[in-house]
Amino acid sequence: MSIQEFLRDLTYLLPFTYLVSWAAVLLIVDLFLPDDRKGLLAPLAALGMAVGIGLSILQVGQQQAAFNGLAMVDGFSIFMNVLFLGIGLVGVALAYDYLKRMGLERGEYYILLVFSITGMMLMGSANDLIMVFLALELLSIPLYVLSGLARPQQASEEAGIKYFLMGAFASGFVVFGIALIFGMTGTTSIPGIVSTVSSGTLLNPLIFTVGGGLMLVGLGFKVAVVPFHMWTPDVYEGAPSAVTAFMSNGAKAAGFAALIRVLVVALPSIATDLTPVIWIIAALTMILGNVVAIAQRNIKRLLAYSSIAHAGYILMVLVAYGSAGLAAQAVAAALFYLVAYTLTNFGAWAVVIALEKKEGRGLMLEDYSGLGNRHMGLAVAMTIFMLSFTGVPPTLGFVGKFYLFNVVIEGGYIWLALIGVLTSLVSAYYYLRVVVYMFMRDGEPEVRRDVWVNLTAGVTAAGLVALTIFAAPLFDWATRAVLAGF
Amino acid sequence: MLSETATVGGIFSLAPLVVFIPLAGMIFNMLFGGRLSQKLVGGIASAASGLTFVIAVLLGVALYNQHGEPVVVPFLEWIHIGAFQVDWAFRVDTLSVTMMLVVAGVGTLIHVYSVGYMHEDVIHQGDPSRFRRFFVFMNLFIAMMMILVIGDSYLMLFVGWEGVGLCSYLLIGFWYEKGENGIGNAIAGNKAFIVNRIGDVGMLLAMFTLFWVFGTLTFDEVFELAPEIAATTPAYIGLITLFMLVGVTGKSAQIPLYVWLPDAMAGPTPVSALIHAATMVTAGVYLIARSAPLYTLVPESQNVVALVGGLTAFFAATIAVGQNDIKKVLAYSTVSQLGFMVAAVGMGAFVAGMFHLVSHAFFKALLFLASGSVIQGMERGHHLEHHAHEHDLKPRKKKSKEPPFDPQDMRNMGGLAGRMRTTYWVYIVGALALAGIPPLSGFFSKDEILLEASHLNTTVYILLTIAAFFTAFYMGRQVWMVFLGQPRSAAAEKAEESPAVMTLPLIILAVLAFFGGLLNLPGPHTFGHWLEYTFEAFHLEMETLPFSLPVALISTLLAVVGILLAWMFYGRQPLEKGQEDPLRGILGWIFTGMQRKWWVDEIYHFLFVNPYIQLSHVFAEYVDWRFWHDWFHEVVLAGSFNQFARFLNFRIDAGIIDRIANGLGNGTQQIAGQMRQIQTGYVRNYALSLFLGVVLIVGYILLR
Repeated sequence: MSIQEFLRDLTYLLPFTYLVSWAAVLLIVDLFLPDDRKGLLAPLAALGMAVGIGLSILQVGQQQAAFNGLAMVDGFSIFMNVLFLGIGLVGVALAYDYLKRMGLERGEYYILLVFSITGMMLMGSANDLIMVFLALELLSIPLYVLSGLARPQQASEEAGIKYFLMGAFASGFVVFGIALIFGMTGTTSIPGIVSTVSSGTLLNPLIFTVGGGLMLVGLGFKVAVVPFHMWTPDVYEGAPSAVTAFMSNGAKAAGFAALIRVLVVALPSIATDLTPVIWIIAALTMILGNVVAIAQRNIKRLLAYSSIAHAGYILMVLVAYGSAGLAAQAVAAALFYLVAYTLTNFGAWAVVIALEKKEGRGLMLEDYSGLGNRHMGLAVAMTIFMLSFTGVPPTLGFVGKFYLFNVVIEGGYIWLALIGVLTSLVSAYYYLRVVVYMFMRDGEPEVRRDVWVNLTAGVTAAGLVALTIFAAPLFDWATRAVLAGF
Repeated sequence: MLSETATVGGIFSLAPLVVFIPLAGMIFNMLFGGRLSQKLVGGIASAASGLTFVIAVLLGVALYNQHGEPVVVPFLEWIHIGAFQVDWAFRVDTLSVTMMLVVAGVGTLIHVYSVGYMHEDVIHQGDPSRFRRFFVFMNLFIAMMMILVIGDSYLMLFVGWEGVGLCSYLLIGFWYEKGENGIGNAIAGNKAFIVNRIGDVGMLLAMFTLFWVFGTLTFDEVFELAPEIAATTPAYIGLITLFMLVGVTGKSAQIPLYVWLPDAMAGPTPVSALIHAATMVTAGVYLIARSAPLYTLVPESQNVVALVGGLTAFFAATIAVGQNDIKKVLAYSTVSQLGFMVAAVGMGAFVAGMFHLVSHAFFKALLFLASGSVIQGMERGHHLEHHAHEHDLKPRKKKSKEPPFDPQDMRNMGGLAGRMRTTYWVYIVGALALAGIPPLSGFFSKDEILLEASHLNTTVYILLTIAAFFTAFYMGRQVWMVFLGQPRSAAAEKAEESPAVMTLPLIILAVLAFFGGLLNLPGPHTFGHWLEYTFEAFHLEMETLPFSLPVALISTLLAVVGILLAWMFYGRQPLEKGQEDPLRGILGWIFTGMQRKWWVDEIYHFLFVNPYIQLSHVFAEYVDWRFWHDWFHEVVLAGSFNQFARFLNFRIDAGIIDRIANGLGNGTQQIAGQMRQIQTGYVRNYALSLFLGVVLIVGYILLR
């Protein structure tokens, strides 16, 4: 590989290479910042990611393989890049005031966040199983550290170490799965695997399938599906809320990006073999997430189980993707739902952050009593988020569920769709309970007024309602974004 | 026809202005009139009306220049539903221009007159702030009347039809807190409105049927299709024309719906002149003339219309003889004269009917306005009298016990000729014109109707001739009672002439009433040829009958005899104060009948109003309240519902559903709680669960 080719490939991956360099610059800047000025890194990190979004958008329409086919630039990767960078921006916005307030203002937060984003972006572009694994680690390790950011608080340290231990355990399965696939195909390149499978030169299809299953385990851990979900409530609760908000969106989106890359693109041949497994996982995830959420009194744990449940909904499309002609539509539905979920989730976390006090107070449902009287705007926004989670029109959550169920039913999995609908009904119970507390119980909740948090809540709430009008064009856009790659 | 006349330009594009100028006047007075003086408010309203007249004249001239070829001026798209299409389009033809000229011309004179009249009226009634409101309503009326006559479809006509009805209602009840028991005027307004609603049902049914049969409401399209439909099912056209007649009897005060018009005299006198004599009430006549292509297809309907008109003319004329209120005499006279017109258009004598409409507008507006002058003269006299005796008046209580002074009662008048010379002379002109004395306008127009009737319908001819005789008699009676003899009250002694702003329009109207006959002299038939353009467009042949001396002689002779008889009873020996009407002695119960309006109101009350009220009482008290509310609602519905609800509540809900739901809820909570137990917090347990998942998946793949 000549130096010219190397430089050319770097420009193909410009948003990624640029952001990595920017993160390195931020590391150096951090060295020279006094301890009480670390907040300066927030605008710098935000600036970097905003520029990254611009660079990503400039790439629209490109379709290139870079570094000997290790990474890809295509509609899917550009779409995911924009989504990840957007998640990063909101992560910075929510953290800025929160970290100061909680006495956690450390430069590492922003730098680790940017590094994690680079991992996610690499995940979206990965075209080789080795790259998938690298990206997975690149995005995960900063998250482990971020979870323990609030040291020496015990909960935060515990969250960090639990997440790390479980993550390492899960990563092991991913590596083992990759190894098995490599052993059966002689390559780790995704196009190579595809051609090997289609040419019928697989050494042992059974072991190949086991390899795929093990990768499913590792990635399922990232997106928190049953039974690989158990870390989620503890980590979500223990980690600082800003980190949780970022992690619950970013890691989930990245995990699904990898699942889509690996299962839909690389391993379509084992779709029929894995479908019953994914079916059961999806059903279990929806049931368990939604049922256990009922028992939660802590809003962070509630949102953790909510996050598990929604992973189940998105996983449904991976059940349906194997049906003929549905792949693109399934992926588009998943991406659409991912966007709707991200908006809703960020909004909800913004409200949580607005109400949270030091030492983990202000996180119980009771603390939301009377919010409707004291802070009408925030309560209305929270109501919109809860309705969007539940899937009630006119919110984007409803539209997202509509497309999801549509794909699942078209794929012929009526019973799975039925479980999805019924568990959605169950979820109304605990989502609406938040609304009941806000509007029908008396209380004097104190709210931290921060412009970025309020802005996040307001914009996401307005977007969730307003975008329903443009739901169909948005879905078409998502479809077109991914079509190129499939 | 429409296609030939579709090109519109020049003067005709001004047509929409006839609606918008008065509307602009109204809006201007509504918004700014409060800050302007009375003269300015009245002036603006009169100018709006006058300008409308100028536009109408321009339209007329332009129409004459193109030999009466009808023009349709499109203005706005209105209703487009499938093939059904009705637009706001203005139809300019000789018929509509004639109506416009009458409405705007007479309307302008009445506006000017009203400036003087209302100035005193609002002082007299004690609320000067209503001066502006009056002119707002008047301009609205002109606009609505214009929509009525210029509309190109039955639907647009109906908009105007309802609009003028609304104005009529508003102006009858203008002094809504006055009148008998403080609600007399309001009741009169309500009566007019409700009776007109009955007529409007007829109009609506006519339009529904039109739509059903023709699928269109536009004049051109309806008239073009009419012959075809008449050839196959003439019953449809008969039904439509008879439904329309119901509307006509309401709006144009014909038997059986005429009863509202005499009560409508509760409105200020200029209103009586403009709306309830000259223009609005002639809308029915206009409607029949406009629908001539329909009516001529069904002679049966024509006969019914003619008979209704003839009977009304005769019947109302007899009542007019027995009235003592100066305006009531004119009101019944109006009903009677409308009967003449309806009879004429009913017989197919559209030109004669329209001609009488025009001349009647002149002399009846004149008579009403002059009577308004008389009434205010009396009031001025009463006022002077009151002031003259003020110094020797005892406490007011004593005065209030006297019956209230009625300035409209002719028995209080007498000898006004000397005190109100102008009013007297114009009144003589109006009265002679109405009585049909040659060469005044009324003679020619009435004679033409009688001439046509003598050829077309003998029954109607006899009815109308007798009515003409009565007309001459009651007008003579009125003139002698009001203007001649000796004053029969102190107010009449001191009565004063009205100001020039009122007398000037009177003089102009008197000139018109005198010479109006020139419009359509028996030889040239100018007016007839003018209108023929409109009717010829629909292939209707208008034959003009030659002047008939016997008919003219008979009617003139009868008129003279009527006046002579009036002189015998009221002129030779003028009424004294408090004297019984001499006719009572001669006619006995017949005169009482005339005076009591043949008890029609009482009969209507007996037949319709009281049974209706009793029926509503029964419905309200027994059906609605006792049966529906007390029994059905309370006992059957609410009672059984409560029983059922109690059953559901205690047996089903609490007994079964709650137990299940509680069980489910408790179960779910327990399961959730137990599931939570799995969440031990120990990483080893978490790892174990992960590993179990791996084992299950791999096991499934391998053992499948």
